[in-house]
Amino acid sequence: LCQPSYKMPSHQLLLQLMKRPSLLLQASRGLSAAAAGGTRTVTLIPGDGIGPEISNSVKKIFAAAKVPIVWDEVDVTPVKGPDGQFRIPQKAIDSVNKHGIGLKGPLATPVGKGHRSLNLALRKEFNLYANVRPCRSLEGYPTPYKNVDLVTIRENTEGEYSGIEHIIVDGVVQSIKLITETASRRVAKFAFEFALREGRRKVTAVHKANIMRLSDGLFLKCCREEAHKHPGVEFAEAYLDTVCLNMVQDPTQFDVLVMPNLYGDILSDLCAGLVGGLGVTPSGNIGESGAIFESVHGTAPDIAGKDLANPTALLLSGVMMLRHMQLGEFADRIEKACLDSIGDGRARTKDLGGGATCSQFTDTICSRVA
Amino acid sequence: HSATSVGAIRFACNQARSFCSGGGGLSAAAATATESAGSSGASLQHADQGVEAGGILNAAKYGGRHHVSLIPGDGIGPELMDSVKTIVNVAGSPIDFEEIPLSAERGTDEDMRRAILSIKRNGVGLKGNLETFEGMTSKNVQLRTKLDLFAYVQRCKSIEGVPSRYSDIDILVIRENTEGEYSQLEHFNVPGVVESFKIITEAKSRQIAKFAFDTAIKTRRHRVTAVHKANIMKLSDGLFLDVCRDVARDYPSIEFNDVIVDNCCMQLVARPQQFDIMVLPNLYGNIIGNIAAGLVGGPGVAAGMNIGRKYAVFEAGTRNSGRSIRGKNIANPSALLLTTADMLEYLGDAEDAKKLRNAVLTVLRSGIRTPDLGGSSNTKEVVDAVVQYLLQVRGH
Repeated sequence: LCQPSYKMPSHQLLLQLMKRPSLLLQASRGLSAAAAGGTRTVTLIPGDGIGPEISNSVKKIFAAAKVPIVWDEVDVTPVKGPDGQFRIPQKAIDSVNKHGIGLKGPLATPVGKGHRSLNLALRKEFNLYANVRPCRSLEGYPTPYKNVDLVTIRENTEGEYSGIEHIIVDGVVQSIKLITETASRRVAKFAFEFALREGRRKVTAVHKANIMRLSDGLFLKCCREEAHKHPGVEFAEAYLDTVCLNMVQDPTQFDVLVMPNLYGDILSDLCAGLVGGLGVTPSGNIGESGAIFESVHGTAPDIAGKDLANPTALLLSGVMMLRHMQLGEFADRIEKACLDSIGDGRARTKDLGGGATCSQFTDTICSRVA
Repeated sequence: HSATSVGAIRFACNQARSFCSGGGGLSAAAATATESAGSSGASLQHADQGVEAGGILNAAKYGGRHHVSLIPGDGIGPELMDSVKTIVNVAGSPIDFEEIPLSAERGTDEDMRRAILSIKRNGVGLKGNLETFEGMTSKNVQLRTKLDLFAYVQRCKSIEGVPSRYSDIDILVIRENTEGEYSQLEHFNVPGVVESFKIITEAKSRQIAKFAFDTAIKTRRHRVTAVHKANIMKLSDGLFLDVCRDVARDYPSIEFNDVIVDNCCMQLVARPQQFDIMVLPNLYGNIIGNIAAGLVGGPGVAAGMNIGRKYAVFEAGTRNSGRSIRGKNIANPSALLLTTADMLEYLGDAEDAKKLRNAVLTVLRSGIRTPDLGGSSNTKEVVDAVVQYLLQVRGH
């Protein structure tokens, strides 16, 4: 998403803005931000469990780095509407719609019964159609896998997670996977644009079209069409099982991977595992009119409130967010401070094999970034 | 690769069979046959009864030699099957192969019907992977569903001499093989919108769960882990999980736990030694099976077996056709040879199975490996080494 240059002749600027309404929104925000002295407001969703403590860490570190951001904290615990359905509170919805950028901590989802996944509901509400998860080996936190540097891009709104299930007869359940051309094309287009923007070499579509001929076949067709429109990026196709098989043997052969919802969920977690787990993996959800960046680990209720949590994932997601907001300089500084602190064995939190508390780790980063 | 495991799996399948036909003894078909035959019931005895009594499944054995259906398949299948035939010959194993001309190119309904008939007649098959081109239905899936090969079993064990990031892995992946996401029920709802159905039934979930626990008992393993995504797919995977929990209650000596599939993947690359037996629905089984196979050495050394109540079809564990390396003499024959060893054990030839398995493992240990394992030997060199070893052993 490029920002319009103010040196552009006004008629060209207008033409660009008319073609991309989201750009108009961004431009207006950019202008208002500029008017307000360059401060952007970002929605902050601390979440459950360890969410509040790691959110505080991030706020502290951003303040230490003097990032020009003001936080608008909201709670997304569903409330019962007048029709008896549980919904995300309107205040939260309004906040994200207004600011267009959000940073989110972990939310709890009950297994089996209960309301549908809150995470899913957020994605649907804000039409966040692509989930982007960069997985890079961390210097200073080695795993058996070296030099991993890949990005998984997962379709985020449909597929197996449509939530449409029926009991056909007693003992027979049908779960529907929905694949549409619109959604597939949208995420494929994003994948190629992302690859071009980030200077990545190759996009691989991951599928199982030999088994799911129509659904994955449709997804694949859209990927192929987008590949033709973006000749600057290499394109490949691979079966999901082959990718999994090869991923655990040599993950360095992969660059950008694009796939439907379920495969993306599993594969992105697999890749996170290669570089150290969810505690150190950032994630971004991109929508047409905004983006929400989030940590993807669980709420860890067993350590909540004990100052043991590791804020790395949320912090690196915040870094991804800063880059998205064109605040790359701050992003680089904070990222470096974070990675250097992890590299320094003593400063790490317990889950990474160190002995520091959450606050101590946070303070170390603050001192490095100030 | 313990010799007892395949025999145990065969036993477990028997158990599953007797469970499915509502108790031991005659199956419904046999009952009808004896009924209608009246006093000559003895002569019309269904093979089942002998099977139940002797514990040996319905496998064709003529003159002391097993008759096995062979489907070379596509890609590297044909060349590797040649290796198998050579080695089975040298080893002196009592197997005759009935080759079935079924492939991606040659695959009419009639060809498929004949293939299935052959496997039903012989009871056991050995197959390569059949490729699926665009517009085709997967023949592999057809075979499995038509023969009701409800379980896919992969033993993923660390192999000495095969390079790997981990050691001491020994996971048995038991995957439901006939329903779930592979039901192949799809349609265009409206143009540009496809619906694909994943079907989970209590009956099949129970069948696979029971199979898993019976296998645990017989192989003297300790824990069964169910892998699912019931937090999102509350009804379908929820049903699978509930049934597994229910079946677990009948096996108090076996530990049971469950894990969500994405967490499972992470655990597998962090600490794979924590898993023992894993029971999964079809798609997750595909994913986890491939990950586990990758962890212990990759497609070149993975063995797999499709087990049903009456039939069994053996194939290379990760089911790759190896199209890109066809004809280049670099394919790793170990996977198919280890699969053949499993098949021999299944047929009751434990001694021959052990001999073949030892031969392959010894050759792997000695450093004669194909490029997929980081070696520089070609297929023929590996096959020759196995042959040499067998001749030596035979000489004694």
